[in-house]
Amino acid sequence: MHIHFLDPYRPGHSPVHRLDARLKLVLALAFILSAGLAPDGAWPAYALWLSLITSAEALSELGIAYVLKRAALALPFVLAALPLVFTLDGQPAFNLAIGPWELAISQPGLERFLSLAFKSWVSVQAAILLSATTSFPDLLVAMRALRIPRLLVAIFGLMWRYLFVLADEALRLVRARVARSGESGLPGIKSGGRLAWRARVAGGMAGSLFLRAFERSDRIYMAMVARGYDGEVRAFPLPGLTGGQWTMLTAWIGLLAALLALAHLLW
Amino acid sequence: MHHSIEIEGLSYSYPDGHPALRGVSLHIQPGEKVALVGPNGAGKSTLLLHLVGILRGQGQVRVCGLEVGDGNLGRIRAMVGLVFQSPEDQLFSPTVYDDVSYGPLYQGLPEAEVQARVDAALAAVHMHGYARRVSHHLSLGEKKRIAIATVLSMQPEVLVLDEPTSGLDPRARRTLINLLRELPLTMLASTHDMRMVQELFPRMVILDEGQVVADGPTRSLLEDIGLLEAHGLERP
Repeated sequence: MHIHFLDPYRPGHSPVHRLDARLKLVLALAFILSAGLAPDGAWPAYALWLSLITSAEALSELGIAYVLKRAALALPFVLAALPLVFTLDGQPAFNLAIGPWELAISQPGLERFLSLAFKSWVSVQAAILLSATTSFPDLLVAMRALRIPRLLVAIFGLMWRYLFVLADEALRLVRARVARSGESGLPGIKSGGRLAWRARVAGGMAGSLFLRAFERSDRIYMAMVARGYDGEVRAFPLPGLTGGQWTMLTAWIGLLAALLALAHLLW
Repeated sequence: MHHSIEIEGLSYSYPDGHPALRGVSLHIQPGEKVALVGPNGAGKSTLLLHLVGILRGQGQVRVCGLEVGDGNLGRIRAMVGLVFQSPEDQLFSPTVYDDVSYGPLYQGLPEAEVQARVDAALAAVHMHGYARRVSHHLSLGEKKRIAIATVLSMQPEVLVLDEPTSGLDPRARRTLINLLRELPLTMLASTHDMRMVQELFPRMVILDEGQVVADGPTRSLLEDIGLLEAHGLERP
């Protein structure tokens, strides 16, 4: 029994899937950066960013609904920006009465909050699209090509490899607990134990999982050293980008830059 | 008198669609000791997980006369002691005492009763005096015996073991076999240890590709070299 649902990759043959992982990574980062740098309240420009990412989603054959559903998972984090609505100075949009208190909701605060929410929403969609159409090993290769420090890439790779092993281990622990969580069948005795006791058991499980992860990392390291690991991760050099890929990359980055400039100039 | 284990036409597929069990039927009488053998991936562990309702397939599973279903899971898990292959999974608490007392405490039994059961379970596996030890630091043989104690403390009617002797050295294996022989419970054990099967289990069930391909007296099945070889098994 293994856990597969953590892997966001959805194999496919769409043009987005076939695109070189390096291009996809750079474009996704450029998209997120440009959306992040856009001025607040540039709503017409936002529509263009949304249409860009939505077209890419349609092209990827993942289904727009699939991406939107996953993107919704990121929305609760946007709430971190909610205090802006009350704290930013400016024209009050309206007053909110909660019992004896009255809260002033400022116009610029509201605008900034909604802009932030929108920008994070399209950015998360770009990240989802990237991870759903690019297998993680390809993504690692792309990161190396972008000169992201090799140690960091190696850590990402090992994390990815062993995340599933750990998740499986956690699953087996939980199963062992479930298998022994019974009812005595005696009248007047309720099963389940006290909350504090259950919390202690769960804490013990988390602790033993940590201990095992720690020991496993030791064994993995020894297995790496045994095969000649010296702290340096080596890999074959990658083939360079073709002329067509360079043109495409430049064109898209140019487009995003133009969009950003437009947003700043017009709104 | 009901059977200890009654499985009728049980089928199960993994979430990815790969079939693991295909129409398994198995009946085990109270007090019977049955070995479940077969190659890796035959579905042995999957079958065992159905006995406590952790996995639920199509077909009928009854344990100690109770249907394995939503209303009965608590009672069934108290009556079936499932010992997992790896004691690392079974022992999820910091100390031996915490682990052995988990089942009775979960059931909400009074403190004196829990203490008595922990003592009895540790005595049954010849590990009295280990209650305060840290599970993490025990040897594999000790961990296996503690793992059995963690289910004995629930006073189950059926003991279900997943590869009880895997990874043990000869002495630890011998201790465990003697221990299993002493326990007067209905037993179903999945294993690759054919010598243990010969010694301990009068009845043997061969599972291959999710199907029961043979079920009969161990002695006669072990004579059938062709059958054993066809299913990746060796004569002890």
